[in-house]
Amino acid sequence: MKLTLKIWRQKDAKSTGKFVTYSIDNISPNCSFLEMLDILNEQLIAKNEEPVVFDHDCREGICGMCSLYINGRPHGPDDAVTACQLHMRKFKDGDTIVIEPWRAKPFPVIKDLMVDRSAFDKIIQEGGYISVNTGGAAEANNILVGKENSELAMDAASCIGCGACVAACKNASAMLFVSAKVSQFALLPQGQIEAKQRVMRMVKKMDELGFGNCTNTYACEAECPKLISRSNIARMNREFMCAKVI
Amino acid sequence: MNSSFLQFSSITKKIWMAFLGLFLMIFLVVHLGINLCLLRDDGGVWFNAAAHFMGTNYIVKVFEIVLFGGFIIHILLGIILQVQNWMARPVRYLVSNKTDTPFLSKYMIYTGGIVLIFLIIHFMNFYFIKLGWVSNPNFIEGEPNFYIIAQELFAQPVYSMLYVILFIVLGFHLNQAFQAAWQTLGINHPQYNSCIQWFGTVYAIVVPLGFIIIPIYFLLIR
Ligand code: SF4
Ligand code: FES
Repeated sequence: MKLTLKIWRQKDAKSTGKFVTYSIDNISPNCSFLEMLDILNEQLIAKNEEPVVFDHDCREGICGMCSLYINGRPHGPDDAVTACQLHMRKFKDGDTIVIEPWRAKPFPVIKDLMVDRSAFDKIIQEGGYISVNTGGAAEANNILVGKENSELAMDAASCIGCGACVAACKNASAMLFVSAKVSQFALLPQGQIEAKQRVMRMVKKMDELGFGNCTNTYACEAECPKLISRSNIARMNREFMCAKVI
Repeated sequence: MNSSFLQFSSITKKIWMAFLGLFLMIFLVVHLGINLCLLRDDGGVWFNAAAHFMGTNYIVKVFEIVLFGGFIIHILLGIILQVQNWMARPVRYLVSNKTDTPFLSKYMIYTGGIVLIFLIIHFMNFYFIKLGWVSNPNFIEGEPNFYIIAQELFAQPVYSMLYVILFIVLGFHLNQAFQAAWQTLGINHPQYNSCIQWFGTVYAIVVPLGFIIIPIYFLLIR
């Protein structure tokens, strides 16, 4: 495949970046999207040029590091996959592919396509945990968990914190991410003790960091590689209302 | 007032937005009921009686304050949320978003804005006359004759056309708004979702259609 790549290049957080166009040839349709970028980078290094910086780690859709906004969609044109799971067969020979970093005030660009997503960590620090005293491990069956809730909690916990929801949302809202993190505990007995402070503090932090407000377009759900459901957002709203009122 | 508004969390603002939106939807049905009196060929007896009742009844007057408060807060919150949303993405994408989203769901601020412009015109044509802020020659027994005013307005094809367009826009606004409001209020369950969606769409078609029939009736049949 022969492709034209239009990639956002930015030297560092302070510089103003710009799009640079590259041509690349002989790309196999079986190549993954990140492998295609690796090939581009090898060619750039061979020419003594700066390689394109992009986030990645596991390359199998579990770490949430890859974060590319490809042709107007976070993680590219495939559904329910991360950019590292995207294959070049999803594109056509001769295509122009525009690659941008996630754009949101709380996700500043560090370099090229790499953004700082520590805003998510700050939200987690506000309550994305349960407190358990150390000591002998308790008998697991002492706390019974219903099948349905355990499944829903697992679904919510499958959020990998990639930030595609923020990137897709026209408001750069983090509601899907935060609601998944609130839900995974709200659904389980172990999460009840800190439930009220958790939802209030995480939402407060989310607002403080400058994420936008949800306007129910559900772009987040449509782009989430882990298919996190918007029902989690409704659950978080319920949790929030109860925490405020009761 | 604004600063305390701003201090509310995003979810609190949204919950108020949703709650007031649903309240305004109830009011719209009442308003439609009164407007449909225009269709009676009785020289405006029913319509003016309804308008008189709405203008003088004390319970209605209390509700009027709640209603205006509701409108103003719904509009203000909408604007505040939207400005914050614009600020949340200072650098925009080169390629605009291609994600599949429900029809016009991304444009609520614009459909809402169009409805707001109409609302101002509507107030100038009716409510301000009642308050005596805008003069109008059509009076019966010291009270403005809203039937004649409505008739005169609907006799203008341009006004009627804008009126029809406005209610189509409002229909789209409401279709998205109704299910969104329930989602915001935390009601999202496979058992009710399709029912909420269905009711919202039916409401968003039937109620605006009820309003649209009136200018068409005046233009074509009368
Ligand atoms: S909710 Fe989905 S899109 Fe958002 S961070 Fe989690 S996995 Fe990524
Ligand atoms: S690199 Fe780990 S999810 Fe893509």
